[in-house]
Amino acid sequence: MRPIQTFGLVLFILSFATFILALSLSKFQITEEVLSKVISEKEKDKREAFQNVASEMMDKSYSSQFTFVAEVKEVLKKANQNIKDKYAISDKEIAQIIAKNPAKTYELSKIEGIFKTEEPLGEYKAQAVKDYTNWMEGREFNSPEELQNNLKEAIEGINNSVINQKGFPEYDTKNFAFQITKKSSKGFLVSQSIFLLIFIFLGGTLGALLYIYPQRFKGTPGIKNDHIFQSGLTNRGAIGISIGVFLISFYIVLYFYPYYITNWVILVDPISYALNGGEASQWFLYGILYTLAILVMGVRMMVKYRHSPYQIWRTGSVMFFQTSFAFIIPQMLIALHLPYMDLKNIWPLDYDLFTPSRLNGFMEAGNIGYLMLSWGIILTIIGVPLMVYFFGKRWYCSWVCGCGGLAETLGDPYRQLSDKSLKAWQIERYLVHGVLVFAIVMTGMMLYTFFTDSGEVLGLNSYTVKEWYGFLIASIFAGVVGTGFYPFMGNRVWCRFGCPLAAYLGLVQRFQSRFRITTNGGQCISCGNCSTYCEMGIDVRWYAQRGQDIVRSSCVGCGVCSSVCPRGVLNLENGPTQDRINSNPILIGNDSVKVNV
Amino acid sequence: MEASAAQKHIVIIGNGISGITTARHVRKLSNHRITVISGETEHFFSRTALMYIFMGHMEYSHIKPYEDGFWKKNRIELKKAWVKTIDIDQKILHFEGGEKMQYDKLVLATGSKSNKFGWKGQDLEGVQGLYNYQDLEMMEKYAPTTRQAVIVGGGLIGVEMAEMLMTRKIAVTFLVREDRFWGNILPKEEGELVSRHLLEHHIDLRLNTELKEIIADKNGRAKRVITGNGEEIECEFVGLTAGVSPNIDFLKESGIELNRGILVNEYLETKISEVYALGDCAERRVPVKNRRPIEQVWYTGRMMGEVLAQTLCGKKTAYQPSEWFNSAKFFDIEYQTYGVVEAELKENQDTFYWEAANGKICLRINYDKTTETVLGMNVFGIRQRHEVWDKWIKTQKSIDYVIEHLPHANFDPEFFKQYERQILIKYNHERGKKLRIKTRKGLFALLSR
Repeated sequence: MRPIQTFGLVLFILSFATFILALSLSKFQITEEVLSKVISEKEKDKREAFQNVASEMMDKSYSSQFTFVAEVKEVLKKANQNIKDKYAISDKEIAQIIAKNPAKTYELSKIEGIFKTEEPLGEYKAQAVKDYTNWMEGREFNSPEELQNNLKEAIEGINNSVINQKGFPEYDTKNFAFQITKKSSKGFLVSQSIFLLIFIFLGGTLGALLYIYPQRFKGTPGIKNDHIFQSGLTNRGAIGISIGVFLISFYIVLYFYPYYITNWVILVDPISYALNGGEASQWFLYGILYTLAILVMGVRMMVKYRHSPYQIWRTGSVMFFQTSFAFIIPQMLIALHLPYMDLKNIWPLDYDLFTPSRLNGFMEAGNIGYLMLSWGIILTIIGVPLMVYFFGKRWYCSWVCGCGGLAETLGDPYRQLSDKSLKAWQIERYLVHGVLVFAIVMTGMMLYTFFTDSGEVLGLNSYTVKEWYGFLIASIFAGVVGTGFYPFMGNRVWCRFGCPLAAYLGLVQRFQSRFRITTNGGQCISCGNCSTYCEMGIDVRWYAQRGQDIVRSSCVGCGVCSSVCPRGVLNLENGPTQDRINSNPILIGNDSVKVNV
Repeated sequence: MEASAAQKHIVIIGNGISGITTARHVRKLSNHRITVISGETEHFFSRTALMYIFMGHMEYSHIKPYEDGFWKKNRIELKKAWVKTIDIDQKILHFEGGEKMQYDKLVLATGSKSNKFGWKGQDLEGVQGLYNYQDLEMMEKYAPTTRQAVIVGGGLIGVEMAEMLMTRKIAVTFLVREDRFWGNILPKEEGELVSRHLLEHHIDLRLNTELKEIIADKNGRAKRVITGNGEEIECEFVGLTAGVSPNIDFLKESGIELNRGILVNEYLETKISEVYALGDCAERRVPVKNRRPIEQVWYTGRMMGEVLAQTLCGKKTAYQPSEWFNSAKFFDIEYQTYGVVEAELKENQDTFYWEAANGKICLRINYDKTTETVLGMNVFGIRQRHEVWDKWIKTQKSIDYVIEHLPHANFDPEFFKQYERQILIKYNHERGKKLRIKTRKGLFALLSR
């Protein structure tokens, strides 16, 4: 190792250590000012409710983020209880409402007087009862008991919605805790954030590049896979496992406990302000890390495969699309107050494109919103089949896609760990097409909800289905497993087993495309490099040794099988579609028999 | 499928590419009982890929072309044992452990063993060839205690061994008897191209140098070699890679006719009824035109297996290979050859040679002086289509035609630099011609005519 590489490696490790250490460099203190930032003036009641039970927390300095978050959650729980006590229709009030409606017909006018409508509280309750029982007005029920039961049910509904309307709802706890933790932060990290930002992000990037780039001058260009299966880093050894555990933990915290990484988010606030005028969220932080990972490891990929123009162009492409389409352009959209959109993300990978909230966002943005939505629809309906027909799914999966981009750069050292067994292929087909069906059903339900305003489809709550999709597929599968399992199951776990867009692209590639991997006559020696280094777990050798071209729905066209082949047997090609799938190959070189095996 | 009454027990000795291809194709064609015997490993693996295990590119499981369940599923019985003797009258195999096995038809696919030419010290510890799995294990055993290695014999396996050892930071001195690398196969320019590449990889290449003797240390391990010109080289490991020869020692008393290999006719039959031989261990009584009597490459073993399976299943078929082809990789440089290109030009042959400025990429085309038809080619650093060259040579295309249509044969990945124009310019210049490139690279140009 050259001295400059050693320096780079040390710098990177120091930056990374500081990055981890940064998580512990804040103290936390809730002040009036913090609260006013987190809970707006419009929700004064809520702020009061919080303050009433948070007296012990107010102005107290916490050094432990865990204690702080735990106590915030406790406060929220108490505040919610108080809010519920205050705004819920009491048993006494229920009794009064029932007493006023003893017969079989319900009359709203009869409940007047129960609530003190001159006060805001009474007004709220009266309005709620009116909203929830409006449909019963003037209706004749079969019996007084039936009317009473309906009333009780309606009021139960009111009481269940109190927290959502007036308190701190469950679904928002994560976000609230994140916001209040971030804004309560003070101390070394906050005061030195610019220095830390530069040291960690710039230092880390520079260090990694100083370590990686000089490898260009080491040895000769060519396939260099020496020691991959002898190193713990790349063959599930201690370092590999540690990296996996780190990645998995990172994703779990990012998705489910973002309030523990507020320090990291504070660090990137200045970049966020510069790019979009607003403060950073955990997703902005994620975007920066993701882009940096693709850029830095992209340089590594280009250095490693510097003998192959195909790999260099392809890597340059994923680096470009990540930086511009996935990172910079969405930030500009936010700055321009337009709906957030990654213009190269395609439904069903962009699984919530057709949810009511996104659709409404597009509509509110006017013409340009409609343009963006049309772009999304065109990509799905026309872009995918057309481009896959001409180039195979590689145009997207290994040239454009963000998940693919990360897999091809950060994940490249782990491509050899994908399972090549027949069993894995069987599981893959069920899983990936299962997710595609799930995505289609979920999207169908969302569209139904959008057009009919009914949140229920065939007895299922469409929002619940979407939430489950988001949790199981988008968070756990794509994130935690998809990236976290790189060092265990290879770099394309998500793309191979889970991505619904990959499944869609794959169906087109299998049945209607010009793309194939050509096998060069009888030159295969069954060595197994192609299968071993196939990130999608395709047993490429199975076809190559029979002289058969490879047409597989899962192939993302990374071209590494062709790169690692020592005998020049494999080549990614677009060609005429007739006879593309040669199920009865003839091994060239043998004139004795026409072998059909 | 044949009736079960006609079901025979076909026993194949050797689970390399020849034996396994035979077994697989017999299974495709028939319902015979098949047993494959090997003492080397339980399962078939790609012999040519052994080097990648040592270098850490792959593990043993990766170089097995079929999953372990494949054999049972296809009713190919595997027996891990060494055959000691064969009783051809009783049709019985005797194993080293004393067991026996009855056969109806016997296929000998026993492969090769590394050549040892009677050098003094050739059987010392730390002295070995590289052919089978046990050789790999031995290399693993000696590598940790080796700083300097000497490799004897400039051929494909020698380069593989050098590449393997270099990954463990072991210095390699390479003794080559000829004046260039692989001098009995490669013409001068190609041999020099590879030699330069070996030097670039810091191999201490000693041309025109023979091994005389290997000296042992007090534990019987190699510690030094003495070359033909008396030079002494300290080392802890000696690789003997001066070719291979048929692995037939155990057949000497069997009654099967042997020369250097097991003698067979064009149907791969020995003179003993229902005993066949193929692959590295077989020697043709009358060689195929332009071929050697013993063919020791992966591809020929596979093709003989495809053929022999036909004969075994009742459709007697002669081994008729098409145009010769082969390939290899020397460190970073890939090599392919199609048709006949010998180290020295024969009478009535002429040659065209082009080399890129970087000295790592070249193309040679040999052709008939009178008819100008293409006879064969060598290529380094550019991938070429097997199908296209096979057809060009078989249909006796002229060298002019080939030069004009070279992009058809280009099999390099997309975006790679193309050299067809450079090649054409050199050809036009040397021959005083005005040819033009008439095709483009890619499947569309090739298939949609």
